[in-house]
Amino acid sequence: MTTVSMTLNGKKVSANVDDRTLLVQYIRETHGLTGTHVGCDTSQCGSCVVHVDGKAVKSCTMLAAQADGSHVTTVEGLANGTELHPVQAAFREHHGLQCGFCTPGMIMSAVDIISRHGADIDEKTIRHELEGNLCRCTGYQNIVKAIQAAAQEMHGAKVAAE
Amino acid sequence: MYDTTYHRAGSLQDAEAKFAAAEDAKFLAGGQTLLPTMKQRLAAPSDVIDLGKVPDLSGISEGDGSLVIGAVTTHYEVASSDVVKRLIPGLAALAAGIGDPAVRYRGTIGGSISNNDPAADYPAALVALGATINTNKRSLSAEDFFEGMFMTALEEDEIVTNVSFPVAEKSAYAKYPNPASRYAMAGVFVAKTSAGSRVAVTGAGSDGVFRVSEMESALDANWSPEAVAGISVPADDLLSDIHGSADYRANLVTVMAKRAVAAT
Repeated sequence: MTTVSMTLNGKKVSANVDDRTLLVQYIRETHGLTGTHVGCDTSQCGSCVVHVDGKAVKSCTMLAAQADGSHVTTVEGLANGTELHPVQAAFREHHGLQCGFCTPGMIMSAVDIISRHGADIDEKTIRHELEGNLCRCTGYQNIVKAIQAAAQEMHGAKVAAE
Repeated sequence: MYDTTYHRAGSLQDAEAKFAAAEDAKFLAGGQTLLPTMKQRLAAPSDVIDLGKVPDLSGISEGDGSLVIGAVTTHYEVASSDVVKRLIPGLAALAAGIGDPAVRYRGTIGGSISNNDPAADYPAALVALGATINTNKRSLSAEDFFEGMFMTALEEDEIVTNVSFPVAEKSAYAKYPNPASRYAMAGVFVAKTSAGSRVAVTGAGSDGVFRVSEMESALDANWSPEAVAGISVPADDLLSDIHGSADYRANLVTVMAKRAVAAT
C-alpha cells in the first residue's frame, strides 16, 4: 500500500491505496468522481483523459502513485459553480455528443487542444488532434464543430450559434 | 495488473540502489508501454522504479554541434522544442507523430528506445542520425544499441540517461501508419550528416531498425527523391502479417524514402 496525495479539482485529497492502482481507479473508485470514464482500458479511446499538471493524459495508463503531489483536473472540475466551462457549453450548444460516453474525455482533450492552438484552429487540425479520442457513435461532425466554436469563444471572437 | 511495489527515484543513484534491493524490478519512464503490458499481465515486475521525476534525466540542450535529449524527456517536449526544430527538424516532426497527443505528454525517448518496439519511430532517427546513447554505465552507438525486435544492448540494471545527436545538415521522417493502430508499417528517416547520407527504416524489418546502404550511396551522389525511387529493399527480411505482406512493406519503404527526401 502507498499513500497518494494530490490536488484533485482544487481540493487536497489523500488516500492509502494499492501501489498498482491506476489514476483512473483512484479518481473514480477512491474519490467517487465517475465523470472520468474507462472505455477501452488500453490507452486507445481517450474516455479517461484528465489533466495532470495541466497536461491531458490517459488516466488508465498512469499509476495513481505517479501523480502523487500533482494537480489533477477532471471533467467535474471544469465548470465554475453552475456556469459551464466554454467547451462544455459549446458541446451542449452544438450537440457534440450522442450517447455521451466519450464526452468527458473529448472535453478534457478539447480544452488542451484549444490551449495549444488558440482561436484559429481549423477543422483538419482538430480532427488530427482528436486521434486519441474515439467516439463509437461516430458523432465527430458536431464534436469538431463544438471545439471550433469553443476555441473562438474562448479567444474573444463572436460566434453565432448554428 | 498483478501486485507490484512502486518506488519514485529521487536521483540516478537512488534508482540504482532501489533496483539492486528489489527482487525483480523494472524501470518506469512514461509508462505508455510498460503499464499496458502490466495490465495485460504480460509483465509482472515485483517493483517498478519510476524515473520520471529524476531531474538529471530530463531536458533538451544544445552542445557543440550536437543536440542532447534527456531520457525522460517526453515526445511532446521534443516535438515542441525550438532547439530541436532548429537543429534537427526531422526529429521534432517524428516526435510530433508518435501515438496521440495524450500519449506524447507521457511517453519518453528513453522509454521508447529501451523497449525497441519494431514499429517504434525513434529507432529510425537514432540510427540515421548516428546518435550516441549514454547510460549510467557507458556510451553506445545507436547501431550497437538496437539488437533486434524488443532487444537492446541494455543490461537489466542499466539506465539510459540521455541521447546525443550530431546536428545534421538535413533530416526528415516519413511513415505509413497502420490505419487502426497508427503504428508505423514502414517509417523511413533520412539524414544528410557529416558522415554522409543515412537512411534508416523502422516498422518493416523483422529484426527491427535497419539501414539501406544502396539508398545512402544514391543520396550521396544526388540528394533527391528520384535518387531513391528505383531502389527497393529485399522482402525476405521484412515483416509479413495481416496488415501487409513483406512485398507490400518493401514497396512502402521506397515510397516513404522518397517522401522523406522530398520533405527535406
